[in-house]
Amino acid sequence: MIAKVGLDGHDRGAKVVARSLRDAGMDVVYTGLHRTPEEVVAAAVQEDVDVLGVSLLSGAHLTLIPRVVELMREAHAGDMLLVVGGVIPDEDVPVLTAMGAADVILQDTPPEAVARRVRELVAARQPR
Amino acid sequence: MTDDVDALARQVVEGSPRATARALTWVESGGPRAEALAARLYRHTGRAHVVGITGAPGSGKSTLARALARVARGRGRTVGILAVDPSSPFSGGAILGDRIRMNDLALDPGVFIRSMATRGALGGLCRAAADAIDVLDAAGRSLILVETVGVGQDEVDVMRVAHTVVVVSVPGLGDDVQALKAGILEIADLHVVNKADREGADRTIAELRAMLTLMPLVEETWMPPVLGVSAAREEGIEAMADALEGHLAYMKTSGEADRRRRRMVAARVLRIAQDLVAATLLRPDALEAQGSEATTLLDRVLRREVTPHAYARALLTRMGERTPDV
Ligand code: B12
Ligand SMILES: Nc1nc2c(ncn2[C@@H]2O[C@H](COP(=O)(O)OP(=O)(O)OP(=O)(O)O)[C@@H](O)[C@H]2O)c(=O)[nH]1
Ligand SMILES: [Mg+2]
Repeated sequence: MIAKVGLDGHDRGAKVVARSLRDAGMDVVYTGLHRTPEEVVAAAVQEDVDVLGVSLLSGAHLTLIPRVVELMREAHAGDMLLVVGGVIPDEDVPVLTAMGAADVILQDTPPEAVARRVRELVAARQPR
Repeated sequence: MTDDVDALARQVVEGSPRATARALTWVESGGPRAEALAARLYRHTGRAHVVGITGAPGSGKSTLARALARVARGRGRTVGILAVDPSSPFSGGAILGDRIRMNDLALDPGVFIRSMATRGALGGLCRAAADAIDVLDAAGRSLILVETVGVGQDEVDVMRVAHTVVVVSVPGLGDDVQALKAGILEIADLHVVNKADREGADRTIAELRAMLTLMPLVEETWMPPVLGVSAAREEGIEAMADALEGHLAYMKTSGEADRRRRRMVAARVLRIAQDLVAATLLRPDALEAQGSEATTLLDRVLRREVTPHAYARALLTRMGERTPDV
């Protein structure tokens, strides 16, 4: 699932990533803009996604991602991987991974590299 | 595996959203585990009203599903939505976007939405549709909405899984109504002209009604109603929900419900059988796997002593011998 949370209106990157994951043979649920963390996590649970990808270019990642992580925990979605992407300062990357993000993918990553990374993460996880 | 399957089936029947989601993943992935789960759930099914929503791409099927789910919730129903989008024929991947129109429903525990890709299935649904509907049914959803991909004329698989089929049209189809005559319009139990907030809806409604009077009625007494609605403005949706309930009531009193369920089950059994045959025969080593006898037979076909048709028949007979009894 590729999700846009909060007031962040930058959807170009999310759509680029969604398309490249589709072209890599994956099923991608796209949520559209302006979702709440609650909506996104509930949707991810219903869709039983392998990876919840949150795209954030607004700078609000340090407030929104903790909420997403908390909701995932409440939903017992422990085997779902959280991947964060977008415009994120380098120093925030370890903060996000410490919170529970499986990876943080920054701007200017070639879309094919994003698909490769997602595939690696899913392969490394226990099969369901 | 049995323990896992039993536990999951139990949690689905108890209505757990997480278990329901995982069960849907299993049936979508197919294989022995999916079959074992479906077997545990089957006797818990048969209670839901399954409504198919089909129509051209962009006609508003997802927006309509959302609006209808909201009305149904107001009437105390619990809702399951299966939304199907097409897979790319090139990569096999898919972008599933129906949910964009329904996001706000995700917070209502009374609504469960699942997206699925066609993965090469051609009838407007995915291969696992019937099993997925069973999962939602077993999980206690009393109204199940099945949104097909945007269809053209002959993607009519939805009639094999839905008790009531809604065909969505939009204003401005014009001559297309004529073109569609022989296609999906024929399978409608209810016609909805969506985007009635736009110009030309009255004309489309009139054209559909005119077309219906010309069409031979398949069932004796049910004349599919034609309703104008605006899914986006949530106008006309109460009337639509009434019409759906009306159709279900008609089906029950007329006996059509039993006939239709029988047809649906027959179609499903045949479809599964076809898939089983295909799965067995499409293995690249399907013939070699039959042993040396097969090679000999193949030689005889090559020498024109046996026809390909006769050999194919013999293969099927032998397959029947190897399939365990029910
Ligand atoms: C284009 C753009 C816009 C467009 C957006 C068009 C659209 N529909 O997307 C418009 C003009 C509308 C816009 C508006 C604004 N923008 Co602007 N915008 C940009 C810009 C120049 C490029 C973004 C972009 O599209 N990049 C191309 C895509 C392909 O890259 P990407 O999104 O980064 O995605 C890649 C990776 O990040 C990653 N990725 C992204 N998401 C995900 C998700 C997952 C799961 C994964 C795995 C990977 C992944 O993969 C992608 C491929 O490599 C950036 C600057 C920049 N260099 O990033 C500023 C930028 C993002 N904008 C910014 C700002 C401030 C704004 C405005 C507030 C400006 C204003 N004052 O009005 C508004 C806010 C609008 C809103 N409601 O949110 C700031 C944000 C600052 C911050 N984070 O603190 C930036 C960084 C510019 C800057 N340096 O100041 N913007
Ligand atoms: N004016 C108007 N627009 C509508 C109405 N219902 C839906 N739309 C718009 O029509 C577009 C397509 O709506 P969807 O609900 O995604 O249509 P769909 O049939 O599900 O589309 P696919 O699943 O892609 O085939 C969107 O931009 C909707 O906002 C309506 O009642 N009136
Ligand atoms: Mg749709």
